Amino acid sequence: MVASVAVAALSPKKRRTTDVLRTTGYYALVCLAMLPTLFVFYWMVTLSLKTQVEAAGYPPHFFRFAVTFKNYAEVFQKNPFILYIWNSSVVAAGSTALGLIVGLPAAFSIARWRQQGLALTVLVARIIPGISYLIPWYVLFRHLHLVDTYLALILTHLVVSLPLIIWVLIGFFEDVPEELEHAALIDGCSYYSAFWRIALPLVRPGIVAAAILSFIFSWNNFLFSVILAGRHTRTLPIAVFNMISYEEISWGPLAAAATMITLPVIILTLIVQRHIVSGLTFGAVKR
Amino acid sequence: MALIIVYPVLYTGWMSLQEWYASSVTLPKFIALANYQHLFIADPRFREAFFRTLYFAALVVSGEAVLGVAMALLFNREFWGRGLVRTLSILPMVATPTAIALIFVMMYHPTLGVMNYLVTRIGVGPLKWTYSSQTALYALALVDVWEWTPLIMLIALAGLAALPREPYESAVIDGATGLRILWHITLPLLRPILIVAVLFRAIDAIKTFDIIFIMTQGGPSNASETINLLLFNEAFAYFNIGYASSMAVALFAIVMGASLILMKVRRSEW
Repeated sequence: MVASVAVAALSPKKRRTTDVLRTTGYYALVCLAMLPTLFVFYWMVTLSLKTQVEAAGYPPHFFRFAVTFKNYAEVFQKNPFILYIWNSSVVAAGSTALGLIVGLPAAFSIARWRQQGLALTVLVARIIPGISYLIPWYVLFRHLHLVDTYLALILTHLVVSLPLIIWVLIGFFEDVPEELEHAALIDGCSYYSAFWRIALPLVRPGIVAAAILSFIFSWNNFLFSVILAGRHTRTLPIAVFNMISYEEISWGPLAAAATMITLPVIILTLIVQRHIVSGLTFGAVKR
Repeated sequence: MALIIVYPVLYTGWMSLQEWYASSVTLPKFIALANYQHLFIADPRFREAFFRTLYFAALVVSGEAVLGVAMALLFNREFWGRGLVRTLSILPMVATPTAIALIFVMMYHPTLGVMNYLVTRIGVGPLKWTYSSQTALYALALVDVWEWTPLIMLIALAGLAALPREPYESAVIDGATGLRILWHITLPLLRPILIVAVLFRAIDAIKTFDIIFIMTQGGPSNASETINLLLFNEAFAYFNIGYASSMAVALFAIVMGASLILMKVRRSEW
């Protein structure tokens, strides 16, 4: 306030200079605040494009280095990386599909009929530490000979995907005017078909958002897959973690693998960014 | 649903009263509360992990709250590129933690890492980051702060956008200046939503696993061993299922305690 009063007292020309300075200063601050975020991603991508010598060079090469794609080729040559991508995709898509089948009616009934008990269950499921699910699952799936199967991974990833799906969708269902369903019911629709034919088509953008979010967080999951995935179903995070154990110092391929895992996530994020915060905070923040 | 969520909860509770090694052929033996007795009285490693977990959570959450609110205040106005800034801020939260942890492992390398180059340029260090038991926990906390500050920032931004205008108008009439407005009006008005944000973060920070497991595996010499890490090893390295289950119940109780506070706050605020 004091500053703006002081600026107002200056001559027009001086005021313009001060405005320009203030604006420049402001944008400099914005860039400074974003720098750590951007730098880590920049470093990941540039490391993946550097030769072994330059990646481990000290002082580090920030801007000037010879670009090579050898690291990416090496990741595919030395590991069944295509299999890992496939595994991750199957598990993420599977748990998302299953999550939608269970989550859509659940979210609808929480939004429409204030099912507090159900809402609380979802919250508790989300809050329980993942590792306390893991011991019983491990014992159970080992007993059923289901360790290292897609089924075990898809089922367990539901714990990650379902709360996200439900919490994103509640917000969307609440935005559907209840009168529409009432009208449908009066016209002779059953509750089931009112949900199916009226509410569902109206929340289609929400379904897309929820599906993408669920896919991302299943894709990222490490804890469940590290125990329940085996040679045949190993997902990307576990595969890349194993690369680090054996290739301590070959940074290029590691960075290339890290870039490749992250890339799909970033693309998907750009599509649903508006809904991500809502999904991560149980709908505490809507947009 | 019962199989995936209810069964594990009941099973963990039941197993926490047994002595059983999943690697052996002997059957579980009922020992009532002996696991808990050992856990709380005779296991210094658990006690250390317990306080380390709370310390880590307090560290990251306070860092994220201060930085997140500061960034939200900075971004809370119209400027060119606001949408872009918002989009970019989301990326650390959604990027695969394994990939992020890996990049930080390389950046923290004591002799070749870029972090030591940067800190020596500004006259600090070189530091040993995750490679020394004195700094490992802080180096990990820094990764968590990098990942999750944006969440607090976005929640705070949403809170700022919903603030009423009247208090500000009367404050300006009363001649209040920028910092005093921030301290006496903005922050108190933001408090409810910030409490929720902080508690969400606290619950997840207590459960941090990926970055610690990938970057230090609890080391060097247990310096970054939180309950989660200790529990993971007890269960899946030693297959001491009974004892690990009692730890899981304890961890669950801690997280539940934080959550109960959260729900109480939520109910009173919404």
